[in-house]
Amino acid sequence: MFNTLRTLLLTALHAFHRRATVQYPEQQPYLPPRYRGRIVLSRDPDGEERCVACNLCAVACPVDCISLQKTETDGRWRPEYFRINFSRCIFCGFCEEACPTYAIQLTPDFEMGEYARPNLVYEKEDLLISGTGKYPDYSFYNVAGIPIPGKERGASERERPPIDLHSLLP
Amino acid sequence: MTSSALLTIILTPLLLLALATLLTWVERRLLGLWQDRHGPNRVGPGGMFQAVADGIKILFKQDWIPPFADRDVFILAPAIGMMTALLSFAVIPITMGTGIAGDLNVGLLFILAMMGLGVYAVVLAGWSSNSKFALLGGMRAAAQMISYEVFMGLALLGVVMMAGSFSLHDIVTAQAGLWFIIPQCLGFGVFLLAGIAETHRLPFDLPEGENELGAGFHTEYSGMKFGMFFIAEYAGIVLVSSLVTTLYLGGWRGPLLPPAVWFLLKTGGMVAFFILLRASLPRPRYDQLMALGWKVLLPLSLLNVMATGTILMLRASL
Repeated sequence: MFNTLRTLLLTALHAFHRRATVQYPEQQPYLPPRYRGRIVLSRDPDGEERCVACNLCAVACPVDCISLQKTETDGRWRPEYFRINFSRCIFCGFCEEACPTYAIQLTPDFEMGEYARPNLVYEKEDLLISGTGKYPDYSFYNVAGIPIPGKERGASERERPPIDLHSLLP
Repeated sequence: MTSSALLTIILTPLLLLALATLLTWVERRLLGLWQDRHGPNRVGPGGMFQAVADGIKILFKQDWIPPFADRDVFILAPAIGMMTALLSFAVIPITMGTGIAGDLNVGLLFILAMMGLGVYAVVLAGWSSNSKFALLGGMRAAAQMISYEVFMGLALLGVVMMAGSFSLHDIVTAQAGLWFIIPQCLGFGVFLLAGIAETHRLPFDLPEGENELGAGFHTEYSGMKFGMFFIAEYAGIVLVSSLVTTLYLGGWRGPLLPPAVWFLLKTGGMVAFFILLRASLPRPRYDQLMALGWKVLLPLSLLNVMATGTILMLRASL
């Protein structure tokens, strides 16, 4: 009897508690920077696409929602097309972990509702952003030992010039 | 019969239906308040039109009668529930001299009779649905409502003895000095519990018992027939609340404010209390419910009748 009345009182007192609800569309929830939302393709500081079409993201993807085709221009690998089917994507972030060039990144944005399913298939133009994303200074071709136009072999950061095997100099 | 009386007869049920519909929204908002959330607050001011939206939606739902059901009774059952709930309001005095049936000299008995008939709604619904869960719900409803009706009547006997009348007007008039909740506190408690059981509201909603019986007696109902059970339940809450107000809380009596406002305030408070009960208390087991009824509330109400009678006799002989 006393317990019941106490329960009633405690419940009634909850009228003066703060409400836990976040009134979503008007009141945006805080999303941490590493929130796993919409996937983007970032560019390096020079404005070139970071993606080198290595297919590791597509391999890592547990639901096979990433599809891409490699093409090559001037020794640089690029995706000819890069397609993510967001109606399949489970936002696990494995693609981001697999990416060797920090190209594919997940962002704190989840508002991607569509009325038709095909609209959830994002092409490369939809995925590419103009900035560098979470890694502002990273440029894959600056640290990789691959020669590209404007950068000879051995000109990368922390890379020595290649050893000339035919020279006798020490 | 004058045209104004006719107008009252037509308007009151409509008003009650609107009120009961609105109450679905009020309940959800209050539950939200007590559970630290908002409840429906999008449609209209404060979400007020949620009830209208729900009403429109349920009107357009398929009204399916299962092929195995007893069709006629199946259709009749929700109508009975609705009818008895609305008919009872005919004798509720909002202020002096109002009420459709006016000052019926057996008003209280009329309400008890209507409540007794209300059992038919759930029992027939459970029976005609011809399904296990509905039948179990209907059986529970029958046992619960009949047994709680016994001492609901007995609890009211104290009030009737003190007022010396079955007329609800006279009962309110008799509370001019002191509300009956003070001398009849025992009867008040018993009546309140019986009232909750009578409207089969939480925590005494065993006939419905979502977790055990699906939805109990209205498992097979859909569309507006289900809506009628739903609205009848809310009308029942308003009815029991206004009864408690009339019988124990002095009806329309109160200082400063006009009588109708006092009546509405008290009734509203009781409705809020009903919702608070739902927000806080768990449902007892079925045998606990029956044990509470027969082993605790019945002796208590008998004690109340005896004590009230003794005191009245002593006072009369002095």
